[in-house]
Amino acid sequence: MAKTITVCNHCDITSIKEAISLAADFDTLLIKKGTYKEYNILIDKPLTIKGEQYPVVDGEKKGEIIRVASDHVTIDGLFVINVGVSYTSDYAAIRVVKSENFVIQNVVLEKLFFGIYLEKSSNGKVYHNKIIGEAKDEYNSGNGIQLWYSKNIEVDRNIVQGTRDGIYLEFSDNITINNNTSTNNLRYGLHFMFSNHDVYTNNTFENNGAGVAVMFSKHIKMYNNTFRKNWGTAAYGMLLKEINDAEIKGNTFEENTIGINIEGSNRINYHNNHFIQNGWAIKVLGACYTNSFKNNNFLYNSFDISYNSKLNDNTFSSNYWSGYTGYDLNKDGVGDVPYRPVKLFSYIVNRTPETIVLLRSLFMDVIDFSEKVSPVFTPDNLLDDAPLMKKIE
Amino acid sequence: MLKILKYSFYDLMRSRWSYVYFLFYLALGFVLLFLNNDVSKAVITLMNIIIVLVPLIGTIFGVMYYYNSKEFTELLLAQPIKRSSIFLGQYFGVAGSLTLSLVLGLGIPFVLYGLLRSDAIFDFSMLLLIGAFLTLIFTALSFNIALSNENKIKGFGYAVLLWLFLAVVYDGLFLMSLILFEEYPLDNFSLFATMLNPIDLSRTLILLKLDISALLGYTGAVFKSFFGTSLGLFISFLMLTLWTVIPVLRLIFKSRKKDF
Repeated sequence: MAKTITVCNHCDITSIKEAISLAADFDTLLIKKGTYKEYNILIDKPLTIKGEQYPVVDGEKKGEIIRVASDHVTIDGLFVINVGVSYTSDYAAIRVVKSENFVIQNVVLEKLFFGIYLEKSSNGKVYHNKIIGEAKDEYNSGNGIQLWYSKNIEVDRNIVQGTRDGIYLEFSDNITINNNTSTNNLRYGLHFMFSNHDVYTNNTFENNGAGVAVMFSKHIKMYNNTFRKNWGTAAYGMLLKEINDAEIKGNTFEENTIGINIEGSNRINYHNNHFIQNGWAIKVLGACYTNSFKNNNFLYNSFDISYNSKLNDNTFSSNYWSGYTGYDLNKDGVGDVPYRPVKLFSYIVNRTPETIVLLRSLFMDVIDFSEKVSPVFTPDNLLDDAPLMKKIE
Repeated sequence: MLKILKYSFYDLMRSRWSYVYFLFYLALGFVLLFLNNDVSKAVITLMNIIIVLVPLIGTIFGVMYYYNSKEFTELLLAQPIKRSSIFLGQYFGVAGSLTLSLVLGLGIPFVLYGLLRSDAIFDFSMLLLIGAFLTLIFTALSFNIALSNENKIKGFGYAVLLWLFLAVVYDGLFLMSLILFEEYPLDNFSLFATMLNPIDLSRTLILLKLDISALLGYTGAVFKSFFGTSLGLFISFLMLTLWTVIPVLRLIFKSRKKDF
């Protein structure tokens, strides 16, 4: 029978390491409120470690704090602080190595280097954790939640702030990332590298260097996320690079310098997204083919679309554009005149970036207008021939 | 001079145009704030209007006033009054009443909508200061044109042309040269070209104060590192002052020599 071992500052067992060595498989360690100055805690058997009223595990900046190297481990309700910072190894508050069926939940991490680091692990769950970093420079800070060669993992309802990358995935497939809040991170709120078939929904990314970076990945589904206030000279809501066959639906991009920055991405469906008051709603940097933009709202962006080539193989249809000035005589809700989302000015700025100093100059409005009437420079097949008259709710 | 200034000022205050101008800005301010209740966003829209409209109205008004009051000016010239005080008095009368209409017309709605409690107060006062400078500059320029041209049609033509040049054509030339020389580093050139035109300078000064400056990217960073310093700000306002003082000085010299 599984038994419960209690650890507290004045019990028989006062350290977590000692408790682990005494425990048998599938036992529960109950850690009472208190401070435990321990690091390099190795969990090498299937245990449930449960904190009561958030006991503090203080690593005193000496290195890694908890390492899980066994299947079926649950870590619940700990307050882990002071992870060591190193330039040679990625010390983490909690590291899971080659394990399956683990659960990490209700954990609070502070003063960290890396937060939760999943390495070649699968079928686990990272649920309802709070990770608060104090990252100042990219070179000496770590990621909040990092997944490396991991599969089938659920990352749900976590709050990550002030780290380098909030959530980072590398070579990790079939990951589900839902309802997380990732804010004030130095680099990216969420970062995919070489990870395929992942889904993320209902997350909020606010005030990060860039909201989400999706790079060199295939079949990623991005639904109903909010990207807000990723504002700065090199900030993006979402950064897509070498992405194929993705779905981007129902997301809101609000007040980002660049809503979505797209480079070398093909066969992506952008449907029912809202682009509100961004500097550039969408910036296309080339080598993007067969993408479809449908039923999106483009509201009060400085530039709706920026394009740097005259070739266009992407389709825009049935979007609502706040800059649309056409009419609808037969009252079917679809404008009778096509809308051209690429302004001449955005084309010029792409060519010669310095010309941006003429932003909001009367001259630019004049030439934008003339280009709108008879396009010469912008790709003439880049148009929405069925722009909506009312915005999509 | 003060007497003539007072006379010109009251003359304009009594005339309908000052009120129309005042009411226009009043209505504009209220409508803008009614449509979006956000003071800082209204400042951006207002900037677009101010940098185009204020120079235009200053130019037209200046030329119009000069030609209209020509007979009265000639009457004054027969009196033992210094020429410079006649023309300076008229100039400051016109520019003063226009500035007053602008400041009051925009100030009242913004104060009523809680400007004093918002963070936008600095941007807004900057906007008004720049509006006042633009009025002074363009009224002085238009007085110069009117003084040099007896023919009213020609005078009007030149005045409108001047506005068109500084507000639109200059930016066109600026853009052309940026594109032509895109192979070269252009940051210092664009900084210099911006400084030379009072309208561009005003636009840049306001833009950099607003959030929107993040859009300017690398060039914006160069601009910010210049205009953001107190030296940059000092030089910009020095340029605006020069743009005011030089036409006024020319006005004095020209009027002294002119044969009426």
